[in-house]
Amino acid sequence: MSSLAAAAPRAPTHHDDRTFVQKYIFSTDHKIIGIQFLFLSLLFLFLGGVLAMQIRWQLGFPGQPMPGGGILPETMAPGGVILPEYYIQLVTMHGTFMVFFAIMPLLVGVFANFLIPLKIGAHDMAFPRINMASFWTAFLAGAVMFASFFVPNGAARAGWTMYAPLSARPDLSGADYGQICWCISIVLLGLSSILGSLNYITTIINLRAPGMTWFRMPLSVWCLFVTAILGLLALPVLSGAAIMLLFDQTLGTHFFDPGAGGQVLLWQHLFWFFGHPEVYILILPGMGMVSDIIANGSRKPIFGYHSMVFAIVGIGFLGWIVWGHHMFMSGMNPTLGSTFMVTTMIIAVPSAIKVFNWMGTMWRGNLHFHVPMLNAVGFVAMFVIGGLSGVFMAATPIDMHIHDTYFIVAHLHYVLFGGSLFALFAGITYWFPKMFGKMMNEPIGKIHFWLTMLFFNLVFFPMHILGMAGHMRRIYDPTQYEWLKGYQPMNHFITLAAFALFATQFLFIWNFVWSLFKGRKAEQNPWRDNGLEWTLPNPAPHGNWEKVPTVYRGPYEYSLPGAPDDWYPQSSKLPNDREPAPAPAPAH
Amino acid sequence: MTHATATLDQMRPPVPAEPGLPIYNNKLGMWVFLASEVMFFTGLIGAYVILRFGAPGEWAKPNVVLNVPLTGINTFILICSSVSMVKAFAAISAGDRKGLSRWLLATILLGATFVSVQGVEYWKLVHEGFTPAGFTAGSHITELVAQGKLSDVTGGLYGSTFFTMTGFHGFHVTCGVICLIYVWLKSLRGGYTQQDYRGVEVIGLYWHFVDLVWIILFTIVYLI
Repeated sequence: MSSLAAAAPRAPTHHDDRTFVQKYIFSTDHKIIGIQFLFLSLLFLFLGGVLAMQIRWQLGFPGQPMPGGGILPETMAPGGVILPEYYIQLVTMHGTFMVFFAIMPLLVGVFANFLIPLKIGAHDMAFPRINMASFWTAFLAGAVMFASFFVPNGAARAGWTMYAPLSARPDLSGADYGQICWCISIVLLGLSSILGSLNYITTIINLRAPGMTWFRMPLSVWCLFVTAILGLLALPVLSGAAIMLLFDQTLGTHFFDPGAGGQVLLWQHLFWFFGHPEVYILILPGMGMVSDIIANGSRKPIFGYHSMVFAIVGIGFLGWIVWGHHMFMSGMNPTLGSTFMVTTMIIAVPSAIKVFNWMGTMWRGNLHFHVPMLNAVGFVAMFVIGGLSGVFMAATPIDMHIHDTYFIVAHLHYVLFGGSLFALFAGITYWFPKMFGKMMNEPIGKIHFWLTMLFFNLVFFPMHILGMAGHMRRIYDPTQYEWLKGYQPMNHFITLAAFALFATQFLFIWNFVWSLFKGRKAEQNPWRDNGLEWTLPNPAPHGNWEKVPTVYRGPYEYSLPGAPDDWYPQSSKLPNDREPAPAPAPAH
Repeated sequence: MTHATATLDQMRPPVPAEPGLPIYNNKLGMWVFLASEVMFFTGLIGAYVILRFGAPGEWAKPNVVLNVPLTGINTFILICSSVSMVKAFAAISAGDRKGLSRWLLATILLGATFVSVQGVEYWKLVHEGFTPAGFTAGSHITELVAQGKLSDVTGGLYGSTFFTMTGFHGFHVTCGVICLIYVWLKSLRGGYTQQDYRGVEVIGLYWHFVDLVWIILFTIVYLI
């Protein structure tokens, strides 16, 4: 079957004869699919933010009519006052939107699609049509999830973790169609992620350009590779669990119904068996992009490239055996809890290796604080705080006190907002010229970064204190408890800071939209980066390269002694560079 | 180029090619997809094991509710379909296009028979009072409970796990049959040659996987 070598995706053609629909809607081009994911998930990021603002209003001003809340129907907020039934929907859907439809598709859907073929030197993904199916399945999943606000009795009400039996029994939660929508949407999203992951894995294994060896791959591609493996193996477990939950709600099965012998802990085990790898799905791609950007901004090779790779792979392995630390308070066997405590402590080691390597990269570097670099450094700083508070909760005795309080809310926002979202601001700004051929505005980007950094910490740092004081995680009205009354000024303060944080994001939206149409035209390599993607015009044509480039070195050869410039593209040949050994003819 | 860089490059060991795996994309993609399928069924089977061993009462004994001989024959049919799939693959790798179409058709018919028999089995079970929600009150099956042959306590879990696991397997077989029909139609138009029969091999991998899952499910759900 030697003819198979010719079956690679086609090289760019000068006559792009695709219709508008083929080009921008049902596109099989990995770059367009990445951009489609970008718009979809930024929309969900905004919606998730709107929900968060309503949560903050209720916590800061419990029982007072929300400005503009009058447009909400009587079943949600009569007269603008948020009902408890609506509040729990807000909490549930904020988590669901942000985790499943904003951060995860932003990191994986956008950047895995956009970056992998460009960075490894491929014409497109291995399966472009499966890639398109992956986006449209995710779109459908998002539509079903969003629609659940408008079904009778409103959206799901059991928290984004959907703990049974609350989620399985409409008579307990009060939501029936909303819960069903949640399950169907998650099954669809799982399908979308599996289709995406198998594409990323196959592409990275089989479609690397000549000379792009495993240890010459950019760390962003390494992270996306490990992320794809995690997604491939974790999402089907969630899909299976969501199907069981769906059958409990619709067919009358008893998987999570303790009255008939079902087990509520089974849901927690299945959910967190997915959920903890998911945590790394939500941070690893960000770590990869930050590694690329920090090396670029420091004009130095990344410090400890190999240890970075092994740390990424190590996190990928250890991520599978720590899920029980979410369940210390669930009545699980304490011996098992100690085991999970130890594995969780161990996973701090590869994370710390990465942080040290980032600092080693910056150490005595020729630092350029462009907007992506600022956000990347912000990522490192916030990730350290989020990581350290994670170690607190990994210790069972401390977790008993702070479990399901605002301490966990602070922790997860430090890693998801302070971590992933800063990495995303960095990544979007960095690859914006590659996506749209325009530069984003630098001064506005810097103002946006500093204000976001300030207000982010004002919002989430006090939550640690609230959590240690016993402020429960999903509580509707903290003032109903005597011991929390004294902390109401802090809640008030957090709410005002959160509004400022939300308002700051309009700077980013404005910068994004304005730059899209009116931005300065980007030169070919605005960041003086070594990556293969910058050897292409901005934006890159369909099919990327006429002929795939040959790679002669790793991606981080900045400031090479004696080099004409402080950067060296991976694909430019020095006189002494040897051609990579020819690949053997494709077998079979 | 300056001296320093030149020396550096001469000291570098030659770079091995490190090309992709010697497996074509579609096949690699199918293996990767099957890995996720393994996790899906592992989730279901894991839930079954936990629910069964943590059940508050005695689990139903084999052959009381379920018709093991009928399903045994059905299992044999599915295994035969794997054999015919291998024959189809062997035919096209020897260049026998007619043989390919014939054996693919045999595989489709065997697979469709399996799903049909499973459908009849479901219909009979529901008719006798065994549903995903458990044992229907006043049905034939509650007489077995009254005779002490069956425990009512675990009936709900038994129905939940049985219908979910076998149902999802049946769904996978149905998808496989639909894909096989596509491959068969393509083979009739001469879409596969001795030089290129990737589609046959890839659907074959899926088909054997679905078979393997059934052997595990038949053992743990019907036999023990």
